[in-house]
Amino acid sequence: MCLAVPARIVEMNGDQAVADTMGNRWHIRTTLTPEVKLGDIVLVHAGYAIAKVDEEEARKTWELFEQIADMEAQQQRAQGGEDAT
Amino acid sequence: MTEQNDKILLAHGGGGRLMAELIAKTIGPAVYGKMPQVLADAAGVNIDGREILFTTDSFVVKPLFFPGGDIGRLSICGTVNDLAVCGAKPIVMSLALIIEEGFAVSDLEKILHSIGKTVKEADVAIVTGDTKVVEKGAADGIFINTAGIGIPKKGIALGFDRIEPGDVILINGTIGDHGMTVMSQRQELTIQSPLQSDCACLHKIIGLLLDQLGPKVKFMRDPTRGGIAAVTNEIVQSCGCGVELWEENLPVNPAVKAAADILGFDMLNIANEGKFIAVVSADAEQKALDILRNHPLGKKAARIGTVGPKQPHSLVELVTSIGGRRIVQMPYGIELPRIC
Amino acid sequence: MRLDAIQSAREQIENACAKIGRPVGVMEVCGTHTVALFRYGIRSLLPKNLKLLSGPGCPVCVTDQGYVDTVIELAQRTDCLIATYGDMIRVPGKATSLERLSLPNVRVVLSSDDAVSLAKNHPDKTIIFVAVGFETTTPATAVAMAQAEKLGLENFTALCGHKRVLPAMRALLSGRNDKIDAFLCPGHVSVILGSGAYEPIVKEFHRPCVVAGFEVEQILSGLAKICEQLAQNEFAVDSVYGLAVRPEGNRTAQQWIENYFELCDGPWRGLGRIPEGSLRIREKYAKFDAQKRFGIEQMPAEEPRGCLCGQVLCGLIEPNQCKLFGKKCTLDHPVGPCMVSTEGACAAWYKYQK
Repeated sequence: MCLAVPARIVEMNGDQAVADTMGNRWHIRTTLTPEVKLGDIVLVHAGYAIAKVDEEEARKTWELFEQIADMEAQQQRAQGGEDAT
Repeated sequence: MTEQNDKILLAHGGGGRLMAELIAKTIGPAVYGKMPQVLADAAGVNIDGREILFTTDSFVVKPLFFPGGDIGRLSICGTVNDLAVCGAKPIVMSLALIIEEGFAVSDLEKILHSIGKTVKEADVAIVTGDTKVVEKGAADGIFINTAGIGIPKKGIALGFDRIEPGDVILINGTIGDHGMTVMSQRQELTIQSPLQSDCACLHKIIGLLLDQLGPKVKFMRDPTRGGIAAVTNEIVQSCGCGVELWEENLPVNPAVKAAADILGFDMLNIANEGKFIAVVSADAEQKALDILRNHPLGKKAARIGTVGPKQPHSLVELVTSIGGRRIVQMPYGIELPRIC
Repeated sequence: MRLDAIQSAREQIENACAKIGRPVGVMEVCGTHTVALFRYGIRSLLPKNLKLLSGPGCPVCVTDQGYVDTVIELAQRTDCLIATYGDMIRVPGKATSLERLSLPNVRVVLSSDDAVSLAKNHPDKTIIFVAVGFETTTPATAVAMAQAEKLGLENFTALCGHKRVLPAMRALLSGRNDKIDAFLCPGHVSVILGSGAYEPIVKEFHRPCVVAGFEVEQILSGLAKICEQLAQNEFAVDSVYGLAVRPEGNRTAQQWIENYFELCDGPWRGLGRIPEGSLRIREKYAKFDAQKRFGIEQMPAEEPRGCLCGQVLCGLIEPNQCKLFGKKCTLDHPVGPCMVSTEGACAAWYKYQK
């Protein structure tokens, strides 16, 4: 009973936040992880962040996260390309 | 614990085990008298020596509008595809609307516009229809039923009985797109989602495959409700051969997989609306994949498995990404979002 | 998927098990582990003398029938809305399940927060949040109560069915099952409790306790560490999930649990009374306690005849050794909770195993 998903915090307002996994965004609470800041990677369970995780370690441990990171990098490159034109 | 269901459950409409049970035990005997050996996506009917294929489908998707499509588009693609996977060229369709009182005319217009566009794309004609309005609360906005008639292509013979050990199982692209898109919209889980339904008419890409490979294409089906798990289990149950699928080869959009992980779903059970499974003879595999990949609706086509020998208790087995093995069951009927 | 890391873990397991020689039993107490082991087909890749036992890691499975029947009874009141995690819908009570009743006032929620929203949006109804789960999920119920307080909601209640993993592990080792040589510890419960929480188990019972996450590499490297300890005749707490699990755990979450709940000896379906194995809402927050609000005395009901979920949950038998398995008790017509829950050992076995 512990399905949890890694996600990046993309919006924060008090303990209410928006988490992003592969572009899927949803409302969560950071009440249990008050140390979390915008941009941090967290583990989300049943709508709550339960742990902040180190990004580098996340890449090594979570296959999904590696794909997320790759996708984000791709998007950034595309953004960079668009901005340049 | 009562064993017999005395009420219809949502799962009875899910395309899985419970629905199969309902058809076999309740609907079938009443309607058919003697149950036909096999229930295909479309029925072959002989009228005065002319063979036609006839099918019907009802559409109750919620929400009505979703990224990549809407109930209108779905209602045309669904029936066109049912004819196409049975090897028929769709010719004419009927369109029946059941509309809830209070439904916005602007929404109805959007849906009808979508229908019109898809009908043109599919090169079919809607020749008859019906419209009903029911009181508020008696329908969820709008329900649509479409029926279609098609002419079977010459020189092909599709059916469970043609499947043989050694045949390969192909799919034309990524799995789970439609189901996960609708799920994530409906749950109001996602404020923003990159997911898009794959809802599309497949008769043209299927036509190419059949024209060029003819009888080397043994069987086709579109994995809608119940997903790949349902179709492969139907194959195993009907032809008695085992099926082996390879997890590594299943084309998946990572964002779709992420959504499935968030909601706790198994990708193999999720509906697809722009995909079809084709069982082809092994020597036609490469040509089939080339044909599919050359078409916009087949860019991510892949071989996802093979048909194994006939066995007394045949199963669908998945070779997992780490080389382990596990069974793929006929899905229950509805995916319960798993938290825990 | 790091195939080389997986291969390396597999080799370590092979070598260690060859050294051990005798059969060893490793129990996992986490539903997610149960499912992952089956879904990846990990058992088929392990040496013959390494037996993986499925323990009581699925909180839905160990929720006693009395609790389920209470929820079903409350669901039939027109002045209530039941907010529940999806897993509970199909669990059979004495006569029926929420699914079979198909009542309009039962809502599946993905978060306790959604239950609070329901209370806010339906001031005319009393919301009953079906609060089941282990320590990973318990803090969420506490936060929901705090939210309800903040919003001044009088109509939010929780029916507390939360349980604690460590007392169950303790009970198992204290005579229920003597074939447990080590524990593969739950990844996300450990995020909350900390890997240090298993020190007393190791000290008292001299068994390795290794924490692993939910990905296949994690599970295999966790098993590798366990097998190596057993091969060296050592026992210690270890973790391969350092990414998310700290020795002290999530102190904030622990504090939330401490503030809102107190320990009690509740019944675990199939296992009986586990000392300090359950939680109840503190008197201070009685207004959110559905049991108090509705004056409910929960009585654990008798198990259906022939149902051996209790033995399955203790890892004493495998699902296919239960006479009802696959015959009277199937995925579509489940008798006991182990078959119903998506993470139950029987369901997993039925779905994924020949």
